[in-house]
Amino acid sequence: MNSTAIFINIFALSCLIGAFIKDRAKTKQSLKVAVKSFFRILPTVLIIIILIGLLLGFVPQTQISKVIGKHAGFGGVLVVALLGAILHIPSLISFPLAASLLKSGASVTPVAVFITTLTMIGMVTLPLEIKELGKKMALLRNGISFVIAIIIGIVMGAIL
Amino acid sequence: MKENVKEKQRKGMKRETILLVVTLIITIILLSIFPDKQEAVTTASWKFFIEMILILPAVMVLMGLFAVFVPKDMVVKYLGKTAGIKAVFLGILMGALPTGPLYVAFPMASALLKKGAKISCIITFLSAWACIKIPQEMVELQFLGPRFMAARLVLTTVFVVIMGVSIERLIEWSDKKESKSMGGKDDASI
Repeated sequence: MNSTAIFINIFALSCLIGAFIKDRAKTKQSLKVAVKSFFRILPTVLIIIILIGLLLGFVPQTQISKVIGKHAGFGGVLVVALLGAILHIPSLISFPLAASLLKSGASVTPVAVFITTLTMIGMVTLPLEIKELGKKMALLRNGISFVIAIIIGIVMGAIL
Repeated sequence: MKENVKEKQRKGMKRETILLVVTLIITIILLSIFPDKQEAVTTASWKFFIEMILILPAVMVLMGLFAVFVPKDMVVKYLGKTAGIKAVFLGILMGALPTGPLYVAFPMASALLKKGAKISCIITFLSAWACIKIPQEMVELQFLGPRFMAARLVLTTVFVVIMGVSIERLIEWSDKKESKSMGGKDDASI
């Protein structure tokens, strides 16, 4: 078990203890929610883990780094940004996926862009967003998010 | 409406389980055609599985705690009555705490809009909800490391604030233009 995993578990445990001292009934309810959401997300997690295995096993690193590696052009970043905007997968899953891309030869910029567009922009949920917030606000939010995702990615690529 | 959500979740889970089975079958077929890839694929998957399973229960506990201790109506109540630059940062904080996919936040944002909350605050709320949730950051920490996580967190916060303020300005500006072209009623429509 690495130190990050230990830290995360200790953090969760101390939150749990704090909550338990504050309100027992609510904490019990939280644990019920936790168990439910664990089993709800498990199939998706397993699918992504299998896909990561296939990606790392089958796709050669040179192929990935050609498209979204250090020396790849801006086109790769745009493709990844669009992919992130269209795909509709839970954000929790986006991080292992991103890690596997990094491991297989992608550079920081496209990976950061991918995470940001994946989480912030939702083509699938855009109609709902327009219905709830109006066309102007929904389109502005998604459009500007796309631009800032790319800026965030470029800055991260420069500093990391 | 709650029944509806439950029904949807059940359907979604069924679909994902079927998808998992299909993925497994395809993988098994692929690996039997290419036996030399078997080891690479299984070691990679196993490594990611272990890394995930070590933190997933903890992340779910955090999500459960936030879901119960930070109820939605509380978020709407707090954000609805805060003004100024404070609202922008409270938007980020309130977006980072509760859990759920982004489409859960849209009705909340709509309620905030009707309550007269600032647009910049609603935008920062939605963006924080989308990509800087605390349990989510834990997963990022585990898989991408502290430097990546911290850099993305800081950059996202900065740019989300900029975006919130600019969208607010843009919408105010275009509303003003519209109301002027309608006969100079100015701010009466708001």
